[in-house]
Amino acid sequence: MEKILEVNDLHVTFTTYGGTVKAVRGVNFHLNKGETLAIVGESGCGKSVTSNAIMRLIPDPPGKISNGSIIFNGKDLTKLTEKEMRQIRGVDISMIFQDPMTALNPTLTIGSQLIEGLRQHHKISSENAKKKALEMMDLVGIPNPEVRLKQYPHQFSGGMRQRIVIAIALICEPELLIADEPTTALDVTIQAQILELFEKIQERTGVSIILITHDLGVVAKIADRIAVMYAGKIIEVGTKREIFYEPEHPYTQGLLKSVPRLDLKGEKLTPIDGTPPDLFSPPTGCPFTARCPFAMEVCDKVYPFHSELSDTHHVECWLQDERAKQLLATSATK
Amino acid sequence: MARYILKRLLMMIITIWIIVTLTFVLMKAVPGSPFNEERTTNETVQANLEAHYNLDEPYIVQYLLYLKSIVTFDFGPSIKQPTETVNDLLGRGFPISFELGIVTIIVAVISGIILGILAALRHNGIIDYVAMSFAVLGISIPNFVLATLLIQKLAVDWGLFPPATWSSPAHMVLPVIALATGPMAIIARLTRSTMLEVLTQDYIKMARAKGLSPWKIVFKHALKNALMPVVTIMGTLLAGILTGTFVIEKIFAIPGMGRYFVESINQRDYPVIMGTTVFYSAFLIFMLFLVDIAYGILDPRIKIHKKGGGE
Amino acid sequence: MKLASEGKANHSPSSTEVQDDWFKWKEKDLGAAESVARPSLSYWQDAWKRLMKNKLAMAGLIFLFLLTVMAIIGPMLSPYKVDGNDLPNQFLPPSGDHWFGTDSLGRDVFTRTWYGARISLFVGLMAALIDFFVGVVYGGISGYKGGRTDNIMMRIVEVLYGLPYLLVVILLLVVLGPSLTTIIVALTVTGWVGMARIVRGQVLQIKNYEFVLASKSFGTKTKRIIRKNLLPNTMGPIIVQMTLTVPSAIFAEAFLSFLGLGIQSPFASWGVMANDALGAILSGYWWTLFFPAFFISFTMFAFNVLGDGLQDALDPKLRK
Repeated sequence: MEKILEVNDLHVTFTTYGGTVKAVRGVNFHLNKGETLAIVGESGCGKSVTSNAIMRLIPDPPGKISNGSIIFNGKDLTKLTEKEMRQIRGVDISMIFQDPMTALNPTLTIGSQLIEGLRQHHKISSENAKKKALEMMDLVGIPNPEVRLKQYPHQFSGGMRQRIVIAIALICEPELLIADEPTTALDVTIQAQILELFEKIQERTGVSIILITHDLGVVAKIADRIAVMYAGKIIEVGTKREIFYEPEHPYTQGLLKSVPRLDLKGEKLTPIDGTPPDLFSPPTGCPFTARCPFAMEVCDKVYPFHSELSDTHHVECWLQDERAKQLLATSATK
Repeated sequence: MARYILKRLLMMIITIWIIVTLTFVLMKAVPGSPFNEERTTNETVQANLEAHYNLDEPYIVQYLLYLKSIVTFDFGPSIKQPTETVNDLLGRGFPISFELGIVTIIVAVISGIILGILAALRHNGIIDYVAMSFAVLGISIPNFVLATLLIQKLAVDWGLFPPATWSSPAHMVLPVIALATGPMAIIARLTRSTMLEVLTQDYIKMARAKGLSPWKIVFKHALKNALMPVVTIMGTLLAGILTGTFVIEKIFAIPGMGRYFVESINQRDYPVIMGTTVFYSAFLIFMLFLVDIAYGILDPRIKIHKKGGGE
Repeated sequence: MKLASEGKANHSPSSTEVQDDWFKWKEKDLGAAESVARPSLSYWQDAWKRLMKNKLAMAGLIFLFLLTVMAIIGPMLSPYKVDGNDLPNQFLPPSGDHWFGTDSLGRDVFTRTWYGARISLFVGLMAALIDFFVGVVYGGISGYKGGRTDNIMMRIVEVLYGLPYLLVVILLLVVLGPSLTTIIVALTVTGWVGMARIVRGQVLQIKNYEFVLASKSFGTKTKRIIRKNLLPNTMGPIIVQMTLTVPSAIFAEAFLSFLGLGIQSPFASWGVMANDALGAILSGYWWTLFFPAFFISFTMFAFNVLGDGLQDALDPKLRK
């Protein structure tokens, strides 16, 4: 499969009065053409920072991409100037934000917010731009688009606004769509509709999607592959099947146990105790050690090696080491 | 929108009515005012007063007739200049004061907004610190102090501008600076803080994600939202500029309304004080009304939902 | 598709680095996971600490403290009286005898400046205090009662808010006749409206907070809810508003004196002194205007930066 995006050893830091926050600490992943990759993790784990880094929307200062590369269609985005980057934003890569209530400018009509990206990047008559806008509104399922075009955001409900945001993101027919918690701020019933819309859009346009979320339910519905992020690192990545049925990292296992699932009846929900580490001074070893039910002494001392369980399933955990497997075996017999 | 305007209009009329009533009651209450007893020495004046205020009628009739005269824009006579009425003073002084006020507002709004935007875009940079230090000073120095300083330095010591009166554009420079600095400082501070807040909003990030240029982001997406609060304080600023003209016209010897008003206060020319206050108040309240309407036009959220709008 | 290279960012796998005996279970230590971020400070301690960091605001505070001290003892430091006319010695420049010089009637500007500070600070503080009491009572009742009471009370406020403040003050002073008391009365008759609005907003916002609902459901008396829960949380913006009322009242007094409606000569306020000095300044007697103007400006400046500092320090949104 053809890779559309490859992120290598990405580091993002924020300099604040209190010190330097290492929000993303060496993230590696890739995205294939036409697939949906979900990045899952608790709030503050660096998933939104990662997506903003791809768009080069990290506010600088205080933020900075301090290391690593982001290869999009063969181009390293971290090397581009701001001006070159503007030619990519909205055209090749688009973004959808978490809260549709705040993502639209309250003083501009929906129509003008829809077509401004189009007119920024393409020489297109306002007549044709309007036609395109109506087409997009139809695609995202907004009834009566002619009238709606002239209205303001406050005249739309939350779900409708998110549809508009999606239409805005798609109007230039991007190859990559980054959706940062696109359903978190919506009602449950609306959530399902928006997810269906994503599926439909991907089917029609073949757009590749990075879905940032903390909600495994969302992931189960539309993701092809899942990357689990913790304290600025991707600790496990695999196909949806692999992550849901053969999770190897104790954190992934913990995440799955803490959400209700229809396929595993009678299982008790168990939350993960404790809180993620302070990213001002992240631990040298595995950041999950303090909360891990299988913590070993090695976990504190050295960050785990990268293990490949299959072509697609990778995990960074000391339990994959032979010596840990022996330890597990002996403990089980006791 | 029509309902909104109507509501504002009603508020405006009530407020003006309160001011008119208040002036009437207060003037009747002043000990030693010419309205209570026949204390005036000049017979023409007494005749003018009686004719305008119907002093021989009962209070309630006086009050109603007074209301009627206000509605017909007749603001009464003067007791110090027996041949003049408040309307004469207004006719002579108001155009000049209005000119001073308009130029001041334009200068204050434009320079204040530019200063505020620059400070916000260079947040924590040198421009920001310079602009904001300047703004705090502008708020702290009373306009009469600034006016005197300007006359002393720019007019007397350096001879750059004429020190007083109102006869050419060069004469406008010093009074306008003295009067505009305070409002400009307030606008600059407000623009800066709202601009900073707006720039962190999601829709700005969204605009950046669309690949818009920084220029377009600031002027199309940020500025309009950042200026809403500036529109809301325009009323207060207008009131400040209007009362500021009293002081500035006195210092620069500008023959505007403000100077007549101050003179009438010093001479205790009650009918003029009364008439001018009512006129000023009505003018100001009308301006506030216009500001409210402007706000309603600028912010689409205030409009009443059209049919088929909400879900 | 191989991802092996992706791991090299972390460590190159070398078994010498990782020793075998490190593979044993760790003692459980949940305490480490629960990070204790910062010592919990009370709201006021925290705000005070942040105010201390704001150099400009602290400079303002120190200036105001010194000004207050001088307003009290300043006039006693000089042998001259506030209304001590001494015509032969008019317009003396600052010297060892008259530190700030003398004015058109030969009065000592040093003495008059501190006397003016008394008047200005007194007017400012009284206006702020009266606004505070009226505003808190009115806004508090309006916000707490809600419903119809609130509706009517706020309509009244809205109308009063629409009145041109200084024009009403001028009108009142023309009628009441200028004096210290009437100035304060005139300034506060409509001045409390802003405070009432702020208090009401705060009360409305906080009334629905969960901790208030909680104490209500435990049957605590309404009075106690207001005193224990509502008031401390409403204080922030109110203190800021008070800090900003003082300079605007001082400015208003100076403005009124300037129109001839302030404290009457021979008594001194900064506005009166500035007004008296207007003619003299063009003849080069700069000190007659300089000192009152300097102190008005700096007092306004001090209150403004202190107000800004307090706003930042007391804003709960900024607590981190």
